[in-house]
Amino acid sequence: MPALRVETAPDGIATVLYDVPGEPVNTLRESFQQDFDQVFARLSEDPAVTGIVLASAKPDSFVVGADVEMLARVKSAAEATALARGGQQAMQRLEELGKRKPVVAAIHGPALGGGLELALAATYRIATDDRRTQLGQPEVQLGLIPGAGGTQRLPALIGIAQALDLILAGKSVRAQKARKLGLVDEVVPKAILLEIARRRARELASGELKIERNKVQLTLPRLLRTEVLQQLALEDNPVGRKILFQQARKALLAKTHGHYPAPERALEAIRIGVEKGAEEGHRAEASFFGELVVGDVSRRLVEIFFATQALKKDTGVDDGTRPKQVEKIGVLGAGLMGGGIAYVAADAGITVRLKDKDDAALGRGLKQITSIFDERMRRKRLTWRERDEKLALITGTTDYTGMRTADVIVEAVFEDLKVKHGVVRDVEREAPNAIIASNTSSIPIGLIAEAASRPDKVVGMHFFSPVHRMPLLEVIRGRSTGSETVATVVALGKKLGKTVIVVNDGPGFYTSRILAPYVNEAAFIFNDGAAVEDIDRALVEFGFPVGPLQLLDEVGIDVGSKVAHVMHEAFGARLAPPAGFEKLVENGRLGRKAKKGFYLYGDGKTKEVDRSVYDLTPQGHKRTSPPPAEIAERCVLQMVNEAAHCLGEGILRSARDGDVGAVFGLGWPPFRGGPFRYADTLGPAHVVERLRLYQNRYGARFAPAPALLQLAQSGGKFHAPARAPGNPPGQVAAELR
Amino acid sequence: MANRPGRRVAIVAGLRTPFVKAGTSLRDLSALELGKQVVAELVQRAEIPPKTIDQIVFGTVIPSVQLSNIAREVGIAAGLPKNVDAYSVVRACATSLQAMTSAADAIALGEIDLAIVGGAEAMSDVPISYSRPIAQAVVAASRGRSLTEKLHAFQGVSPKDLLPVPPSIAEYSTGLSMGESTEKMAKENGISREAQDAWAHRSHFLAAQAWESGKFRHEVMRVLTGKDFDVVVAEDNIVRKDSKLESYAKLKPVFDKKYGSITAGNSSPLTDGAAALVVCSEERARELGLRPLGFLRSYAYAAVDPGWQLLQAPAFSAPKALRRAGMRLSDIDLVEIHEAFAAQVLSNLQAWSSKKFADEHLGGAPPIGDVPDEKLNPRGGSIALGHPFAATGARLVHQALRELEEKDKNTALISVCAAGGLGAACILERI
Repeated sequence: MPALRVETAPDGIATVLYDVPGEPVNTLRESFQQDFDQVFARLSEDPAVTGIVLASAKPDSFVVGADVEMLARVKSAAEATALARGGQQAMQRLEELGKRKPVVAAIHGPALGGGLELALAATYRIATDDRRTQLGQPEVQLGLIPGAGGTQRLPALIGIAQALDLILAGKSVRAQKARKLGLVDEVVPKAILLEIARRRARELASGELKIERNKVQLTLPRLLRTEVLQQLALEDNPVGRKILFQQARKALLAKTHGHYPAPERALEAIRIGVEKGAEEGHRAEASFFGELVVGDVSRRLVEIFFATQALKKDTGVDDGTRPKQVEKIGVLGAGLMGGGIAYVAADAGITVRLKDKDDAALGRGLKQITSIFDERMRRKRLTWRERDEKLALITGTTDYTGMRTADVIVEAVFEDLKVKHGVVRDVEREAPNAIIASNTSSIPIGLIAEAASRPDKVVGMHFFSPVHRMPLLEVIRGRSTGSETVATVVALGKKLGKTVIVVNDGPGFYTSRILAPYVNEAAFIFNDGAAVEDIDRALVEFGFPVGPLQLLDEVGIDVGSKVAHVMHEAFGARLAPPAGFEKLVENGRLGRKAKKGFYLYGDGKTKEVDRSVYDLTPQGHKRTSPPPAEIAERCVLQMVNEAAHCLGEGILRSARDGDVGAVFGLGWPPFRGGPFRYADTLGPAHVVERLRLYQNRYGARFAPAPALLQLAQSGGKFHAPARAPGNPPGQVAAELR
Repeated sequence: MANRPGRRVAIVAGLRTPFVKAGTSLRDLSALELGKQVVAELVQRAEIPPKTIDQIVFGTVIPSVQLSNIAREVGIAAGLPKNVDAYSVVRACATSLQAMTSAADAIALGEIDLAIVGGAEAMSDVPISYSRPIAQAVVAASRGRSLTEKLHAFQGVSPKDLLPVPPSIAEYSTGLSMGESTEKMAKENGISREAQDAWAHRSHFLAAQAWESGKFRHEVMRVLTGKDFDVVVAEDNIVRKDSKLESYAKLKPVFDKKYGSITAGNSSPLTDGAAALVVCSEERARELGLRPLGFLRSYAYAAVDPGWQLLQAPAFSAPKALRRAGMRLSDIDLVEIHEAFAAQVLSNLQAWSSKKFADEHLGGAPPIGDVPDEKLNPRGGSIALGHPFAATGARLVHQALRELEEKDKNTALISVCAAGGLGAACILERI
């Protein structure tokens, strides 16, 4: 079956429908150039055709981008550059054709990456006002840049500053915003998209409609708009442009710490295009694209992308058990976690019965939930009607009324085994058919299930805080947890918009467990006399969003200390925290919530170390820090080593899950792929060597995990060398945050 | 056993918000929001699968300008499935009784199986309208195509037209307020000020006692309101916990300052609140495992000339409902009378037991008789609990069924007087 279908109407307008065979959405694959060239060459010569409409035959999707699998197969930069050149040429031919026979892009659903570049090459663009219609260049999210002329056509169409905004952040916009930006010419309801597109093609062909996209119309109201002023002041003269590019680069580096080359390359390609013309610009774009495709950063980001794609298809069980339908959940505890869980559920259209001990606690929970919705409303992501409709799904209670009909009851009560046991017994009595999901971050599910008469219904759902922002859900399968229970909460987690990994039971499961030795190591380094800011800076430089000590402040030092001791008890000396931990808690340093921790919490926005914390260490205020590279290596190797323990012990189902869990749950730098990819990149033998070195220096806590030793010996790797085995064709989409 | 034709109709659940004095703790909520709260919570507590709801019949007496069919908006706002059919009813103070009997008829006929019925009243949020000249000008302006045309529409509007017109609780046909009409009844029926005050005191005393002993815990939800959800409205706030008979005598008559006897103390106050019930066929209750609180055995409505005794129609509707049920008043274990005014309650009771009244008005049938005090409004009534017009009927039904359950009795008569000279009655049974 051909990917392009052509229907020519008697009025001379040919409608070209793009429809990649056998796939739910359209991507630009290797064959696309040939397909497009063939069809458009024919239309170009056909005297009966006077105008062309280009649309997608897929429901609710235009073109979601280049085929990522195709990019993953590329072996060299030259090969990738050639691909980009081919794409650029196809777009240029389309643009040329449009000068004789107008090409109208009719866009419904996402037009992303190569999909938007295709639309940009058209003469005229019409988008539907549908929520699913999104336009953007998300390539940087996969460590790439637009490779089919996007860095050239977008700034030419909507201005440099606006184009930078879209391309450098990988943002996408809805139709109305796109209309304002000048990215599309018209916005229409879905039902009349093709009709209007054909009419415009006819009018453009006959000359009835002339395109006038003056960059700046000098009318007074327009002059008062900042983007217009910006364009006049900066973009239309060389000095201004120089300032603009300099500022953009500065803002970029502050964000990426130099870890992500793609946005810098995109900026450069745009600059070259603006200063030296489109031809030079296209050449630069293709060359940068080629270099990035085979670069480490993009490779890691693409791997993570494939892993999340694979997890979307993973039911969480291996025996084919089907999940039960979940229409209503109960949430016990309306605190930060419970409220967050209620929010994501209501947002996904699931009815929520929220319980807490009294009305005051319930009220605080409802306020938290409402304020998240309100924030989205302020940002125009939601209308008040939509907000009210979602809020109506949540009712509050201080007893168990209304819980009996819940399919899943998530408990987010105090992290204490006795309390959890009480909850399990209450739920079994009040809602005998419900699945009991514990949002514990450290207590083994097997222990919680001891109070249950139906332990097969007890499972762990470890959400991360803040629930509405953190993309990971760690589902914990206890020894007695039933397959249906696991499959049901995995499906529920996906419905809540989470990336779900399933891990087996054990103290700290996976994420909390590998975090413990990482934070411990930071505490050891602190105890040995390093400065707080040096420790945190080293890990931020490595790529973590915050350093380990700041993280402790955020989580609560008392919570961290408690988890550390649970881990110590469970795993012995390897996970023993340094002696100083208790002193911090005894000192009332509980972190941000107590406004007292490693940092000062005044009104000031700048983060400053609370130097009085040094009084609690033997070295006092005389701080000497190891080199940043050593700080980072020690902390990170602890995490990698513990992850290897988890894989060896069967806590993890795969290295893939371990990588995804660390990236999406703990903020592991995505460009380093996750602890297992990282170990593979360094080579397990090298990792073992470094661990041994630190073992000699600091003791047994650095003893390499058996799984690492094994690989070091066999010369193997955690991940099989074949890339993305059995994955569906990927899409350059806004999957990665 | 029911002798209504068609399928037997069960009431399986009920709930109301606290009833609070207009302008107090629920003043920020519209009738729609009150209705939404009570329906959403009722569906949760009743544990009925939302898919099994066929219809919502709901009402509000003082209508909102924004919504013409409040039942539909309440259903959508409460998160019920969007394919749940909905219509609104109005029958003044008997609105939610009308909602229940309309749904009950559809259930009896087999048209639907399960419905949510009720009403909400936000007296703190009444629509204030403008004079006719202003209203006509606004409508004309909205049709105007240019600014000049729009402005032109306001020519001829005089400053006095700008005064807003509050909604009236006067009878449209007689021009008399409800209080004035009741003054007339009190005088014609010889109801003394003392008797009225004693009734009001009884209402407050019994209501306070019922709250004190936790009898309302299954009937009244708590409402969390305020911007931060930190205002908890947990109880009715009109009930006087330390009602003293003497204090009622101190109040001045409101409607007839010279010869009158009706005071703020012996009348029901303007109230905010909402109430709802779940009604369904007996079979559907069984299928869903819902325990019926009781069944509707009969109902009747009646009307009298509003210029005669505005609130005396219950003297006709109650005998009719008993006759339809094939019962005598002595078969009834509990009588719940809506208390618009103490004078109205006493007038209704007097008519029920009066041979003279029966001879003159009921074609010589024997009077239905006296209601023993212990069977009458044992938890107080609208004077103490408050009277959100559209919610009172549903409150009475649920409260009566819970009272019967507690006393382990079987039958109840509900009687409601309503503006326009209307009367409503229904008979409930548990077995």
